Amino acid sequence: MILKDKNLIFSGALNKFTVPDLLRKCKLLAEKEIKSIDLKDVETVDGAGVAFLDEISGYFPEKPRIINANTEVKRTIKIFSSVGLQPVPVIEKDNFTVRLGESVLSWKDSVVVSFTLAADIIYWSITGIFERKSHRKGEVIHQSILIGVDALGIISLLSLILGLILALQSAAQLRQFGANIFVADLIAISMVREMGPMMTAIIVAGRSGSSIASEIATMKVTEEIDALRMMALNPIKYIVVPKFHAITICMPLLVTMSTLIGIVGGLIIAVTYLDLSAVSYFNQAINVLTVKDVIIGLMKSLFFAWVIVIIGSYYGLKVKGGSEGVGKVTTLSVVASIFWVIVLDALNSLIFYF
Amino acid sequence: MMKEPIISVRDLVAKYGDKTVLDRVSVDIFPHEITVILGGSGCGKTTLIKNILKLYNPVSGSVKILGKEIIGMEDDEFDQTLKQIGMLFQNGALLNSMTIFENISIPLEQHTSLTPDIIERIIRVKLSLVNLESAADLTPSELSGGMKKRVALARAIALDPEILICDEPSAGLDPLTSASLDELILKLKELLKMTIIIVTHELASIHRIADRLIFLHDNKIIFTGTLAEAKSTDIPEVESFFRVGRFE
Ligand SMILES: Nc1ncnc2c1ncn2[C@@H]1O[C@H](COP(=O)(O)OP(=O)(O)O)[C@@H](O)[C@H]1O
Ligand SMILES: [Mg+2]
Repeated sequence: MILKDKNLIFSGALNKFTVPDLLRKCKLLAEKEIKSIDLKDVETVDGAGVAFLDEISGYFPEKPRIINANTEVKRTIKIFSSVGLQPVPVIEKDNFTVRLGESVLSWKDSVVVSFTLAADIIYWSITGIFERKSHRKGEVIHQSILIGVDALGIISLLSLILGLILALQSAAQLRQFGANIFVADLIAISMVREMGPMMTAIIVAGRSGSSIASEIATMKVTEEIDALRMMALNPIKYIVVPKFHAITICMPLLVTMSTLIGIVGGLIIAVTYLDLSAVSYFNQAINVLTVKDVIIGLMKSLFFAWVIVIIGSYYGLKVKGGSEGVGKVTTLSVVASIFWVIVLDALNSLIFYF
Repeated sequence: MMKEPIISVRDLVAKYGDKTVLDRVSVDIFPHEITVILGGSGCGKTTLIKNILKLYNPVSGSVKILGKEIIGMEDDEFDQTLKQIGMLFQNGALLNSMTIFENISIPLEQHTSLTPDIIERIIRVKLSLVNLESAADLTPSELSGGMKKRVALARAIALDPEILICDEPSAGLDPLTSASLDELILKLKELLKMTIIIVTHELASIHRIADRLIFLHDNKIIFTGTLAEAKSTDIPEVESFFRVGRFE
C-alpha cells in the first residue's frame, strides 16, 4: 500500500488474509485527505476485501473514488458491496423493571397453564384407565420398566447407604444413654415417613422427570406432537397418560422397597455395632410404626409421582426454539420437580404431624 | 491439456456397518468448475461428500484435496484444508442456540483476524446475497426450511472458500429463489474462482449451472463428463434422467 499525491495505491490481493494488516495501516491515515483509491495492480478481491474498501471510504474527510480497477474487480466490488445495505439492527435489552413485570405476568400465566394441564392429565388418566385404544399397546408396561425397573438398582443402593448412615450417626448418642434399641424406632419412622418417599422422589425426578421433559420437548420441536394431533390423536392421552399410569404403579412400589432396604441398612449397624439381635430390631420397628404412617408415606409418594409427571410434561410442552430449548426445559423441569416435591413434603408434615 | 484436479478420489469404499454404500468410487473435481453430483435418493451422494471431508472415515481408498492426501492426515493439518472449504449441509446444520448473525460470524471470528466492523459488513453482504437481510437477529427455529438453507449457504461462503460444497441446496426452495441461488453460485465461480460441488436433482438448475456431472447409481459411478457429453450419452440411466427429468 502506497500513498502518492493523495492517491492510495493497493497491489496484489485484497482478501481475508491481507485485510487486517491493511486496515491497521489505513487507520493511521485517517483524517488525511485522500482523493482516490487506485486498484490498478490489484489482482484479486474477495468479500473481505470489498468490505475493507467500503469501510475505509468512511475514514477520510472526503469519500475517495475507486479508480483503475479491472472489470472483474469492479464486478466483484459491485456484487459484494455493503454500501446501501441496512446495518444489522441491534436489539435493545429491556430494563430491570420491565423484565421484573414481565416475569410476574408470565408466572401468573404459567400457573394457569400448568393447572389446566394438570387437570387435563388427571382427567384423561382417570378416563384412560378403562380405555385401551388411546395409546400404544404395551406402553404402560414399557414405561413401567423405564421408570420403575430400571431405577431399582440405584434406589436400592442409595437406600441401603442412607439406612447405614442414619443408624451410624445416631448409634453413638443412643449408646451413651443405653438406648440402643431405639435405633429401630428412629430408622423405621424416618424411612417410612420421610426418607423413603423423599429420596425415591428425588431420584425419580432426576431420572424419569428429566426424560419425560426431554422426550416431550424433542417431540414438540420436531413437530411430532403436531403430527399426532393431525392423526386425530390426543397427544396427552397418547404420550403422557401411559407415563402417568406407569409412575402411579411404580412409585409406591419403589418407595416400599426403598423403605425396607433402608431399614435393613439400619439393621446392619444395629447388629454389628449396637449388639442388638435382628429379631428384636424388627419387632421394635414394627411396633413403633402405625398404619397411619405407612399410608401417609405411600399417599405422599403418589403425589410426588404425579407432580413429577405433570411438571415434566408442562416443561416439555412449553419448549421454545430448537434443540437447545430441549436442554433448557429439561433442566428447568428437574429443578422445579425437586423443588415442588420438597415443598409438598413440608406441607404434608405441617398438616399431619404438627 | 487436462487441468490438475483440485479434489481427487481413488477407489473409495464407504460402508455403514456391513452395508457398502460406495464401492471403489473414483472421482476428479476440477478447479473453477461447477460439478453436479446426481443420483437417486439414498444412493450415497451425501455419504460420498462426508467421506471426502472425513466426517466418516472411508474403509479404503485415497482422497487428495488441493494436492494433499487427507486420509491419515493429522487433525491440525486437516483443519487448514477445511478452512478452504465451505459446506452447506443437507438440512442446514445451523447452530440452534445462536442467531443467524452469530452463526455466520463463527468462521469469520475463528479463522480470520478481521475487525468486528469488517465482519459485520461481510455478514450484511452475505445475507443480502441470499435475500435474507432482515433475518440477522432471528434464531434458526424462527426460519422456514428454505430460509435455513439460505442462511447455511451464507455461512458456507462467509470466508469465500476455495471449495464450496452444497448438499441439495435447492430442495425445498421455490423456483424463483432457487434460480437466484443458481445465479449467486455462478457469480461465486466467476468472480471468486470458487470450485463448487453441488448435489441436486433440479434439471433446470443443472442446465443453468453444471459444467461437469457425476452420476451415482448402485454404489458406483456410472458416468462422469461435461453437461454436453451427458446429454448425448447412451447410458440408460443418464439418458432417461435427461429425457424425463427423474430417476427411474
Ligand atoms: N448414518 C447412517 N447409518 C447407516 N446408514 C446410513 C447412514 N446414513 C446414510 N445411510 C444409508 O446410506 C445410504 C446412502 O445415504 P445418503 O448418502 O444419505 O444418500 P443420498 O444420496 O440421498 O444423500 C442410504 O441407503 C442410507 O440408508
Ligand atoms: Mg443426501
